[in-house]
Amino acid sequence: MENRNNVKERELVVVGGGPAGMAAALSAYENGVRDILLIERDQYLGGILNQCIHPGFGLRYFRENLTGPEYADRFIKKISAVPSIEISLKSYAVNLTAGRYLAYIKPGKMEEVKAKAIIMATGCRERTREMVHIAGTRPAGIYPAGLAQKMINLEGWLPGREVVIVGSGDIGLIMARRFTLEGAKVKAVIEIQKTSRGLIRNVVQCLEDFGIPLYFSHKISRIHGRDRVEKVEVVEVDDSFNEKPQTRFEITCDTVLMSVGLIPENELIELAGVAIDKKTNTPVSAEVNKTSVPGIFVCGNSFKIYDLVDGVTYDSAKAGKMAAEYLKGLK
Amino acid sequence: MIKKITCIECPQGCQLEVNVEEGRVIGLTGNKCPKGDVYGRQEITDPRRVLSSTVLAKGLEIKMVPVRTDKPVPKSKMFAVMEEIKKIRLTRPVAVGDVIIANVLGSDANVAASREVGP
Amino acid sequence: MMRNWYDVAIIGGGITGASIARELSRYRLKIVLLEKEVELAFGVSKSNSGIIHPGTQNPPDSLKGKLCVRGNLLTRKIAGELGVDFKEVGELIVIFNEDERPRLLQIKNEAETLGVPGLKIVDRKWLDEHEPNLSREVIAALYAPTAGIISPYRMVYDLAENAVKNGVQIFLGHKVIGITKEAGNLRLNVAVSSGEEPRGRACRQAGSLAGSECTFRSRFVVNAAGLFADEVSALAGVNDFKIRPRKGEEFLLDKKKEHLTNHIIFPLPTKTSKGILVIKTSDGNPMIGPTAQEIDDKNDLSTSDDGLSKVIEGARKMIPTIDGNDIIAYFAGLRPVAGDDFIIRREEKVPGFINVAGIQSPGLTAAPAVALMAVELLKKSGLRLAKKWLFKKHRHPSVHLFADLFSKTRELIKKNPSYGEIVCRCEMVSAKEVRDAIRRGARTLDGIKFRTRAQAGRCHGGFCTIRIIKIMHEELGIPYTEITKRGNGSEVVRGVRE
Repeated sequence: MENRNNVKERELVVVGGGPAGMAAALSAYENGVRDILLIERDQYLGGILNQCIHPGFGLRYFRENLTGPEYADRFIKKISAVPSIEISLKSYAVNLTAGRYLAYIKPGKMEEVKAKAIIMATGCRERTREMVHIAGTRPAGIYPAGLAQKMINLEGWLPGREVVIVGSGDIGLIMARRFTLEGAKVKAVIEIQKTSRGLIRNVVQCLEDFGIPLYFSHKISRIHGRDRVEKVEVVEVDDSFNEKPQTRFEITCDTVLMSVGLIPENELIELAGVAIDKKTNTPVSAEVNKTSVPGIFVCGNSFKIYDLVDGVTYDSAKAGKMAAEYLKGLK
Repeated sequence: MIKKITCIECPQGCQLEVNVEEGRVIGLTGNKCPKGDVYGRQEITDPRRVLSSTVLAKGLEIKMVPVRTDKPVPKSKMFAVMEEIKKIRLTRPVAVGDVIIANVLGSDANVAASREVGP
Repeated sequence: MMRNWYDVAIIGGGITGASIARELSRYRLKIVLLEKEVELAFGVSKSNSGIIHPGTQNPPDSLKGKLCVRGNLLTRKIAGELGVDFKEVGELIVIFNEDERPRLLQIKNEAETLGVPGLKIVDRKWLDEHEPNLSREVIAALYAPTAGIISPYRMVYDLAENAVKNGVQIFLGHKVIGITKEAGNLRLNVAVSSGEEPRGRACRQAGSLAGSECTFRSRFVVNAAGLFADEVSALAGVNDFKIRPRKGEEFLLDKKKEHLTNHIIFPLPTKTSKGILVIKTSDGNPMIGPTAQEIDDKNDLSTSDDGLSKVIEGARKMIPTIDGNDIIAYFAGLRPVAGDDFIIRREEKVPGFINVAGIQSPGLTAAPAVALMAVELLKKSGLRLAKKWLFKKHRHPSVHLFADLFSKTRELIKKNPSYGEIVCRCEMVSAKEVRDAIRRGARTLDGIKFRTRAQAGRCHGGFCTIRIIKIMHEELGIPYTEITKRGNGSEVVRGVRE
């Protein structure tokens, strides 16, 4: 940051208003921090929970079976009632330094703050077709499962009518059911591993309930279609993931959903010089929520990929407490 | 006759073995908690699911309002309930839990909002 | 009928057609450019690597070699006038053993004959200092300082926009299906696939309806139809050459790896290609590739597992730290090959018909020189060239937040709040930039990607696609279900609850 004239000083800045950021900010407050800024890029708090309209959240934390928006709602109500937590929506963090200068952009403004402590709760992104290297063409109709989820659940758009899902991650399974309920035909879920990556109950209630076939030890070897997806080639693989060519078959479809894993979003702290494990894209750390730079904490899916939001909440609350203790130590 | 089913009450996914005679459950093993027992018996006699979807809003702050059934509905009625949900045009602000369709298709379950949505 | 009468009609809206259009727009002429795709640069140009070659690796007596050296100089000037970012990064052609040295010296001599400036052989010590990630196996290299990088599609869009500002008419979704000789004219029969009303500054469409046909008449016709130049030429009755597509698969790395190399790195060229390269791009993402494979199908843009492993192997030979996990995107492009050299000529059989065909590598670099040559041929054929009083050579440059300093970004946001409304987080693209792209002619998701880089980053549109579709819906006033990735048939949304 070349010009530091307009820099505001803050005790604690939390980046991200999903379940991790909200839990961290609330816990920091409960542990005595009284000057907290939470920035969120969307126009609502809640993060990815807003598009996860299915139940299954909160069984541990609330001992209730909540949907994503219901789980988020409880934290939104709680955090909105705390005046010491300033919430800035539609705000994108664009730069972070090891000295904890943070720049963020929002409509009409670019703001810079110098924080004594920072908690990054930036979540994760989906692995793409490009990252698993599927040969073939690049037509319309290839979506990360989470993007399709957002299209259907938040926008009311149906991205496709005949769907093949790559990978049996939970989002893919949940979307198999969602597409089916919306009137689309889900033709198959293709999983290269021998077992499901998603929860067994999602295999039951999202695939078996609707008679959707799940192929283990199979992969999509090629995508066809010039303008829009027309079909995929599917082939069985052996234990070393080599294709068994004689098993190849085709499925016609107009849509391929990718549900092949999540990657923590840590590009900003990488810019700030935090040590990042290249394989997992997570901070190198012996202890949960810690990073190689003092005063920069990471929690939720940006620290590691969690199966369940309840775990995110528990650990992120720890991050809030750790930041509070770090701030006390400075005084 | 032993029927093998997977409990979907929580992420553990217990493998249940349900002993069924003439449509009646006479024994159930494999559950790690009481919920599994209830689920297993229900699943054999009258399988039900909580259904979640969205309803179209008109003139509210967001376009699609998430909804859920507050109780499980018969599995066989899921698509019929979906049709009812698709008919709705929500025009009033709602809070979490507000009933949008009461006693949907006589199932004893209500379709309720799962997100607070303002004007 | 007068409405569709022109002095010059250019067939093809890639880098060649757009360069010719802009060059001709200096003169008092009525010019039309016809493009069959829904947007410009959607053919060969969209898969170009963006290298502005210095002129090395061309036979010293070749037309393409001469035009390349000249084009390298001209590109700098034009990029400056249009506000397109050009960076002179230099290139290294590396060798791994002494057996390769004579060939490297031959390349240097040939290039010097062509007039390539500043060439020198650099040794291991120089390489250690200037290209630290280079393989230890490399013993020496030919350094060509005048190699540069540019965004190939932005160059096309900005040339075209400037040409339109100077009076050129552009019709998209207009495919030439017949060319007939008439007294003093050539008549073009055109099939129209896009029925959009005339709109926007850069790219106007005829008010004709999709599925219909229309007629254009022009005294001169320039065929710059890329992969399809042989078919267009045959329509005019000249069928003595064939375009053979040569496929190249390219792989883009994460922008985090921007500083992987300081130069564009080449191995020694083979007979058919310049080999697998490690390329810097104007967007920051390093690119590795391309493969070179003769194919038959001019629509085959598929990539393969084999291509990927060949490219990684080739690139790692030069830069061993390249990791397959850093690949965020890949694509294939087709080079329009018609023998060994460009075909740029008047066709005596069809007076008024000029072929500009077989513009394979280094076609992007050569384009401004190709355009000058085409204009010269038109003049020789009898086209009167009278300069306009005022040729508007400058263009108001597009803003790219990602390329600017934060201090500049702050000013931009203060002036226009929607620069602060980020749409694409990986590449830092604002709503304002997306709207500007649409106002300047973007009609598809790919068109927006090529102009702004939104959707081109590491999450591959997972985050921004919905936001972009909504902006397109607002700006273009078309339903969600009609928004496409790259034209008819590539719709992204199949149904809407409403």
